[in-house]
Amino acid sequence: MSAYKTNNKVVAWIEERLPIFSMLQHSAVEYPTPRNLNYWWNFGSLAGFMLVVMILTGVFLVMNYTPNTHMAFESVDRIMRDVNYGWLLRYLHSNGASMFFILVYIHIMRGMYYGSYKAPRELLWWVGIAIYLAMMATGFLGYVLPWGQMSFWGATVITNLFSAIPVVGPHIVTWLWGGFSVGNPTLNRFFSLHYLFPFVIFALVFVHLWALHTVKSNNPLGIDVKSPQDTIPFHPYYTIKDLFGIGVFLMFYLSFVFFAPNFFGEPDNYIPANPMMTPPHIVPEWYYLPFYAILRSIPDKLGGVVAMFSAILVLLFLPWLDSSKVRSGKFRPIFKQLFWLFLADCFVLGWVGAQVPSPNVTLIGRFATVYYFAHFLVILPLLGKFEKARPLPASISAPVLKGGGMAAGAHAQPMEKA
Amino acid sequence: MRKLILPLLAAAFLAGAGSAARAHEGPELLHPGFSFEGVMGRYDPAALKRGFQVFHEVCSNCHSLNRVAYRSLAAIGLTPAQIKSLAAEREIQDGPNDEGQMFMRPGRPSDAYIPPFPNKQAAAAANGGAAPPDLSLMAKARKGGPNYIYSLMLGFEDTPPADVKIPDGKFYNTVFPGHAISMPPPIQDDVVTYADGTKATKEQITRDVVTFLNWAAEPELDERKSLGLEVLAFLAVLTALLYALKRQIWKDVH
Ligand code: HEC
Ligand code: HEM
Repeated sequence: MSAYKTNNKVVAWIEERLPIFSMLQHSAVEYPTPRNLNYWWNFGSLAGFMLVVMILTGVFLVMNYTPNTHMAFESVDRIMRDVNYGWLLRYLHSNGASMFFILVYIHIMRGMYYGSYKAPRELLWWVGIAIYLAMMATGFLGYVLPWGQMSFWGATVITNLFSAIPVVGPHIVTWLWGGFSVGNPTLNRFFSLHYLFPFVIFALVFVHLWALHTVKSNNPLGIDVKSPQDTIPFHPYYTIKDLFGIGVFLMFYLSFVFFAPNFFGEPDNYIPANPMMTPPHIVPEWYYLPFYAILRSIPDKLGGVVAMFSAILVLLFLPWLDSSKVRSGKFRPIFKQLFWLFLADCFVLGWVGAQVPSPNVTLIGRFATVYYFAHFLVILPLLGKFEKARPLPASISAPVLKGGGMAAGAHAQPMEKA
Repeated sequence: MRKLILPLLAAAFLAGAGSAARAHEGPELLHPGFSFEGVMGRYDPAALKRGFQVFHEVCSNCHSLNRVAYRSLAAIGLTPAQIKSLAAEREIQDGPNDEGQMFMRPGRPSDAYIPPFPNKQAAAAANGGAAPPDLSLMAKARKGGPNYIYSLMLGFEDTPPADVKIPDGKFYNTVFPGHAISMPPPIQDDVVTYADGTKATKEQITRDVVTFLNWAAEPELDERKSLGLEVLAFLAVLTALLYALKRQIWKDVH
């Protein structure tokens, strides 16, 4: 890092007391980034952008939202009808949640394909999982706020899961509810936590970036940076690339907001919550469906809950379950195929999660559940021992600059003219 | 660019999987094609007015419209004077006054559309035990939305199939879940007379009232889509410029 220099007196004055400019210079301008990152590396900054959008729209929604079971539904409806651009705020927020999850799922899958969880990035990976868990909680809590039928019944079903815990389960549920059913105390605490968690996520994102800037970015080749030739400064190369990514993403996101704002929503949530009337089919938001499928595919309630949480927690062990020393899936011919199979398995689980249970669906769900765990617990530990990886390029700059002279080079040219 | 298509496809697939997953069961709905469908679709002002007339003369005898204020009918072309007299057609309880008494007064433009029954119990009692639901959000609160309401209105049949038993006071309907609905068929040919000379067939009346109900549920639709087109056009240009800039900056890295 070059020492920070400036001719601006005000900047110099601040810098002496709080080295904020040199910090920015260090981590957002000079930050040496592998030169070969492809567009899959855009999704981290996109998720960060989306977090900011959620917090901004959320703060303005709160100004007109009332967390009371008698008024919540009506207050959201008033936001839609009477608040200036209230419909825009709300649709940005509700569709934003789905977008946030799409981005983060792609971001996670990127990490899984390119082996970004492997040493030395284990803690970076862990913080990422913590963010994901906090997002799941935030999305669930937020979905309860409009107090429609799905809000109420979704909250009832999900909180009831805790009753599966032996002995203390029912007490935990009562404690979560603040009463003997989902009611006003539940809505109040969910609202409080829904406001809190995004800021926890924000803090976690800082830790995530801190870890990232310590171990530096992985790259599509999965090999370490070896010389300054392998990197380029973050600014202007990746600032402009990320901005372009945001432009494309905004077009995708806003197409839903403006033209199909209820695409991801359930019609039932436009019916005010009614504790006396159970909807015929209670489904969680789409982003939970694979886990919901795993939950339902275990015939035992406690077993289902354990399996569901294990499905996420198993990700924590991924750095040690994957026995291959090669990071990038690009050089692992068998892993590469199994990666896509695993992804397909997740989609199957998602589909199963949305179905009304039937013997056939349950059977498919069980197979998919077994495969999900087998991927982590059997395939990845063994594969690294048997699979013969293709030769790795000598350095990041070698294949990029030479236009791919080596065996792997032809494929290892991720920065192709986009 | 090729690299971008994949994530977008993946996302679209996810989205598609989500909606396909939700499309379980349910009867076939009619798709009459409404003016407000699609990116370019907007409300047909004449249909909105006719639809309001149908709601006002027919549906509002049983159904409430609690989330639509009289004043907001200005958006479908009613004049302030019309709105005032419309609101005054029904009385609403207010108070207490200075003597501590509740009293009835004519409706005002700032009131929400005054419901036909004082409470849910009264509504249910008058309709064979099933209270007619509020229609403000109906077009968003059923799978299929406007197509569902359209199909429901035209889905009444006098004689149910032999194996279907319809209890007394209920009516056979092909799309209503369970097929036995407590609402008598509300729409027949010429149940209203249109001032603009439109022929009042069953289908026409239904199409109009569904258009109105969709407006009641999504009054922002016209504004939303127009703004959306502007925003997307702007973003398309901005993104193209950003892309050009990106190419320029990355020129010597490739
Ligand atoms: C005579 C009273 C009456 C009239 C007039 C009437 N309805 Fe209904 N409506 C009902 C009742 C009662 C129900 C509840 C049916 C049930 O739950 O079995 C209902 C239910 C509905 C539903 C909800 C169906 C569902 O999926 O739950 C819609 C939509 C509806 N009415 C639309 C209309 C429209 C549009 C009009 C005017 C053209 C209208 N109704 C006129 C009594 C009426
Ligand atoms: C991690 C970021 C966030 C996520 C994933 C998220 C998710 C959600 C979801 C799924 C809903 C239900 C939307 C609906 O169907 O109407 C919701 C509603 C809501 N959220 Fe958030 N949210 C986030 C951040 C915030 C923040 C920071 C605030 C406040 C400062 C906030 C305030 C609200 C309010 C008031 C509602 C109720 C209004 C409504 O339903 O539209 N949210 N949120």
